[in-house]
Amino acid sequence: MKKSVFFGTLAATTLVSGLAMAGTLDDVKARGELICGSNTGLTGFGAPDASGTWAGFDVDLCRAVAAAVLGDATKVKFVPTTGETRFTALQSGEVDLLVRNSTWTFSRDSELALDFVAVNYYDGQGFMVKKDLGVSSAKELDGATVCIQTGTTTELNLADFFKQNNINYQPVTVADDSEAQRQYLAGACDTYTTDASGLAASRATMPDADNHVILPEIISKEPLGPVVRHGDSAWGDVVRWTYYALLVAEEKGVTSANVSEVATSTADEEVKRLLGISGDMGAKIGLDNEAFKNAIAAVGNYGEIFSRNIGEGTSINLARGLNALWTQGGLQYAPPFR
Amino acid sequence: MDQHFARTDMLPPMPPPVTERGAIKWGRENLFSTPLNIALTVLGVGIIWWVITASLPWWLNSVWTASSLGECRDIVAASAGEGATGACWAMIRQWWGAFIFGFYPPTEWWRPILAFGLLFAALSPVLFSGQTRNLTLILGVVLVFLVGTLWLAEAPALAFALSVALVVGLLALAQVRPGLTLWFTVAYPALCFWLLWGGSVWGPLVAMAGFAILYGVFRFGSPFIGLAPAAGAGVVAAVLWWLYLDVPVVNSLQSMLPFSLRSINSDQFGGFLLAIVIGVTGISFSLPIGILLALGRQSDMLIVKSLSVGFIEFIRGVPLITLLFTASLLLQYFLPPGTNFDIILRVIILVTFFAAAYLAEVIRGGLAALPRGQYEAADALGLDYWRAQRLIILPQALKISIPSIVSTFIGLFKDTTLVAFVGLMDPLKGVTQIVRADINWKGIYWEPYIFVGAIFFVICFGMSRYSMYLEKKLKTDHR
Repeated sequence: MKKSVFFGTLAATTLVSGLAMAGTLDDVKARGELICGSNTGLTGFGAPDASGTWAGFDVDLCRAVAAAVLGDATKVKFVPTTGETRFTALQSGEVDLLVRNSTWTFSRDSELALDFVAVNYYDGQGFMVKKDLGVSSAKELDGATVCIQTGTTTELNLADFFKQNNINYQPVTVADDSEAQRQYLAGACDTYTTDASGLAASRATMPDADNHVILPEIISKEPLGPVVRHGDSAWGDVVRWTYYALLVAEEKGVTSANVSEVATSTADEEVKRLLGISGDMGAKIGLDNEAFKNAIAAVGNYGEIFSRNIGEGTSINLARGLNALWTQGGLQYAPPFR
Repeated sequence: MDQHFARTDMLPPMPPPVTERGAIKWGRENLFSTPLNIALTVLGVGIIWWVITASLPWWLNSVWTASSLGECRDIVAASAGEGATGACWAMIRQWWGAFIFGFYPPTEWWRPILAFGLLFAALSPVLFSGQTRNLTLILGVVLVFLVGTLWLAEAPALAFALSVALVVGLLALAQVRPGLTLWFTVAYPALCFWLLWGGSVWGPLVAMAGFAILYGVFRFGSPFIGLAPAAGAGVVAAVLWWLYLDVPVVNSLQSMLPFSLRSINSDQFGGFLLAIVIGVTGISFSLPIGILLALGRQSDMLIVKSLSVGFIEFIRGVPLITLLFTASLLLQYFLPPGTNFDIILRVIILVTFFAAAYLAEVIRGGLAALPRGQYEAADALGLDYWRAQRLIILPQALKISIPSIVSTFIGLFKDTTLVAFVGLMDPLKGVTQIVRADINWKGIYWEPYIFVGAIFFVICFGMSRYSMYLEKKLKTDHR
């Protein structure tokens, strides 16, 4: 009885605060600053440098949203959130937007009352092994010891995968990536499994990177994307279409370098709408007509963000793969800007 | 004639046999006295030998200058051969600023340094009450420390001159009227807050004026309406001051006499700056709250007693992490939307509550250890409750509890690293994780832990030594 009263009060306050925070867009404009939930530090995706300036693949999306809403990509406050606090921080209104490589799943979308508005990175869980183990497929890992981070979806995926293929494994649980890397290098486990992007980043920094291979099997879908609170569709639209604007810009060859030149010379109607020359697209979602132009000018298009932070040529050296545009065989596809 | 042989002088004393003196005797008695001890000694020496031989090359191959972990490894491989391991302290060289100050802007580093130095100046009148010699010693060390570090941190000339003048003034005061230095301690919280967070100087001053009002109302009201009602009226007056008059007064003072420092956001705090801010504030506020709670728990008044018991048992029954999650997430649900309640402040409040609940029980142990006769003697002298507590009971009870109080403090200080779980940049996990997110240092493991651990050790060891000094100084019985 007492318990139900407590939860009832909690639900009521949640509802009240949810209602009161319905207009995140207005809140952000009034505050003059976007509060973006970020990582506590993940190589290539989001971390501050020694002087405290945040940079990374997810961070740039926050900056794009700030540029679109406020016209200034520097007006972002990054709030580091841990795996445990990230969704509650969003629900309680501590942050306006969460871009923290969070996997879009059924229960997070429905039960947690969150909205994943887009997928900015398609990831999947992979395995890394030492070359001299002589394994070329994850299905040959029968009896292997596996380093795995506890409390993550990867742990469940791993159990599923080995059960389906009817092979045995011995888990070696570790707390975080650095510990996993240590255990793996020290030979405490035969293979290390986590998201493929994380494996690539770990491998890039190993002393003998050539002696390690990432196996071809990707055993799970990990669509990572920006998250907003459920029930605030106007704000969700702003985030979603800022992201799509970056995709359209790549598709149309608009970059941060040529955006002002394209704006004056283009004959493409969709580009004109994108850059706010015709069609009032920005005004329709409560922004400036030049909102998307500002976003592109500030951080570049999707391809630029990718190659600057995690793409080939950086130390992490990830191929576009699934994250190529649909025109190049990937999954990144923006609905028409119309 | 009997001839007796008699020695006319004493024989010089022989040295004891070799097995009965020096290192051999000590070893025989302490290391090899029984077969079991022999086995344990051999085992212990073996373990020490193994640890040293395993880790010594790592320490000896330390690299101090490099720009990435890969470069460190190359340098170690070049100097010590392929496959050798070596510590990579170059990481600390590049990131020490973040470990100490978080992302506090480097041009303003002199402010936390100054606040840290003045912290000892403010603590010394409390720690060494009225002892001119110790006060002089501490203030002299503070002066040297501040002159050196402020010069290194390139503090503005005005700030440099003012802070040196302040410490020299305190030194002079300590020579003539050491008791008066306590007033600096009273003013220090406002000064520290202003130095760390910046903004208008009037903000903390006007907030402190609230306490002055509280005290004034209490002092002048108590002869007429009694102690408790006067205290209540004081609290009401102070709250009214903070709620309604604080902001307009600050604004008008600021427009008349603008004097402010660049304001710094809480999210720029990190590393040991954050740990020390939370730890020191928690420690200084939890002691008085803990004493009040301990007295409340022993009280005969039902409401006071049950409130104290409820508070203590609730806070002690809940893990600190839960309280931190409450501070960072749950509070936001209950506060009106749009309120911006500083996260560091929220964490400090709950850490203080946590420590206060533990301290209350520690002090209750001290109170319980006092013989019943002490309470009765105080009553027999005709002292009222507060005088009896202040003059007879608490000095003895607190003296008994010193070791436990200090270990609670040390525990509290180390617990500040738990704030990493609510996304604050504590030195152990928060900053380390950021360092590892830098592609240049990804994969570094022991070095940040050793560096942070060493600093924690120095601070906690200092607290522990002080508590031993205090115990010795207060040892008045002849047990």
